Amino acid sequence: MAEIQIRNVAKRFGEYQALRDINLTVADQEFMVLLGASGCGKTTLLRIIAGLETPTEGEVWIGERRVDHLAPRDRGIAMVFQNYAVFPHLTVFENIGFGLRMHRLPDEEVRKRVHRTAELMHIEELLGRYSGELSGGQRQRVAVARALAMEPDVILMDEPLSNLDALLRLEMRAELKGVLAESRTTAIYVTHDQVEAMSLADRISVMHQGRIVQAATPVEVYRNPAEKFVAGFIGNPPMNFLPARSVGEGQWEVAGITLAGPRSDRPGLDFAIRPEDVTPDPAGLAARVRVVEPLGPHLLVTCDVDGHMFRAILDSELSVAPGETLNLMPRPDRIRWFDPETEKAVS
Amino acid sequence: MAVATRPDPRRTGRLVYGAAVVLLCAWVLVPLYLLFVNTLSAPETVNSFPKSFLPEMDTGSLAFFARFAGMLDALWNSVAVAGLTMILSIVIGAPAGYALSRFDFPGKATFRLLILLTRAFPLPLLALPLAVMYIRVGLDDTVLGLALVHTTLAVPFAVLITFSLFSGIPLELEEAAWTLGCTRLSAFRKVVLPLILPGITASAIFAFVISWNEVFAAAVLTIENRTLTAFLLQNLDTSPLHLKFAGGFILVVPALVFIFAVRRYLFAMWGIANR
Repeated sequence: MAEIQIRNVAKRFGEYQALRDINLTVADQEFMVLLGASGCGKTTLLRIIAGLETPTEGEVWIGERRVDHLAPRDRGIAMVFQNYAVFPHLTVFENIGFGLRMHRLPDEEVRKRVHRTAELMHIEELLGRYSGELSGGQRQRVAVARALAMEPDVILMDEPLSNLDALLRLEMRAELKGVLAESRTTAIYVTHDQVEAMSLADRISVMHQGRIVQAATPVEVYRNPAEKFVAGFIGNPPMNFLPARSVGEGQWEVAGITLAGPRSDRPGLDFAIRPEDVTPDPAGLAARVRVVEPLGPHLLVTCDVDGHMFRAILDSELSVAPGETLNLMPRPDRIRWFDPETEKAVS
Repeated sequence: MAVATRPDPRRTGRLVYGAAVVLLCAWVLVPLYLLFVNTLSAPETVNSFPKSFLPEMDTGSLAFFARFAGMLDALWNSVAVAGLTMILSIVIGAPAGYALSRFDFPGKATFRLLILLTRAFPLPLLALPLAVMYIRVGLDDTVLGLALVHTTLAVPFAVLITFSLFSGIPLELEEAAWTLGCTRLSAFRKVVLPLILPGITASAIFAFVISWNEVFAAAVLTIENRTLTAFLLQNLDTSPLHLKFAGGFILVVPALVFIFAVRRYLFAMWGIANR
């Protein structure tokens, strides 16, 4: 049983504020993904939980214990590193058993656990080899097996798949998810790849400039971004934005058409819609087509709506050519609104 | 392989290149060869003419060397000083190399420069004041005193070699060990040390060779307890030719063998290759 609580954590490197006011609770056995662009502080946060960095302010709790003053070895965690960190002078067997031996488990128990985790990660036949004799994917498996063999309360992963090629990444992703669900440990996983985040996470914490912008389920993050940043970061392509002008009584004028929106005393809001949530409709937004990209199942159409770039994902049976004008109607239940000043969602 | 029928500029270039290589090799190898041949010849042959191109495999010169008064003591002093230098420079140099590669501290760049600058002082500048100081504190003419001077000569290299070795070991490996239950110390012992041990050995041997070959400080700071280099220098004009050869041989061979053994790490230190 290990719930992780991060309370008011901040981290400064000299003048640079890497993390500010982080509050996050990860439930027992939850798979939490920290997602963000490079430099957003996600790895720093993970390293603070691991004990490899000390927070400038705040507390870290794992289970019932406050751990921010403890060394990594006393925190009940195991970590998988971006570059695997498989010890080159030890065999795969000794790598997986390293932590167990450090904790002075009897030989028999070490052997049993090493074989069990090696089997789980499909590397039984590699146990006698050295890291130099392994491929990247195999090293990754060893690194994960080494962490799992510890049977930790919490497993921390720092972009573990980023050094693998695309196909292998896909395979390992599915495997990781299965293995971790089975092991029933709490997991925190750092990545900059939103597809990876979506596919693995129970919840995603989207990070930006040292803050957690939103922590919610993948679908929630996708459907109801809490901030404009999340809307513009998640999704490929991300949400479209258009300025909206209040015409009173919760009605908003967006690029020449009037749409129902939130009641707000602001003179203007940002209208946002996902590219797949528009349909051709004569009453819709006038969009001049610039580029058409047939992607098989659908068309990715880049248009110009009232001087703003607007992307739409349309049925591939539709015939569209650059220079034409389309009329696109947003699905009313999928429209989101953001305050242009605070960038927060308005409903 | 096609046979060139016309003079080819590239071929000429290769010839010049080849000649240069041969010349440089000869520059180093011919004296070594002469040393080798003369040492393994009987004393009479060494002094006679014409020379044979093959050594006689006579140990007469070496035996004479071994019986020469004070020679074995000098040899022992050399080994003792070099051994002590080796230990001291690793004990002092390796932690400095680790600190340089793992920690950020104010003045790090300056510190690195200072390490190199210690080599900029001419040894006589150090040795003469040191001799005076040593006499005052009673360190003169001792193995320890000389080893301390040699350590100052060897430490910069020890620091630089171990710095590059430690830097070649990813911090991630240490961090992984910490998360797996190691303290800073046990992670060092279980992960870093096994990986770095060959390099540390190389660095130690290099320190040994520096001390072994050093003659100036040895000549100034010792009188009774001379090292081999100082002893040979002292007896250079009075000793017979075959003794000089034998002494030179005894000096050169360990240094050569050691340097050859650790060449890979010396290359790494100078950034030539790390294979």
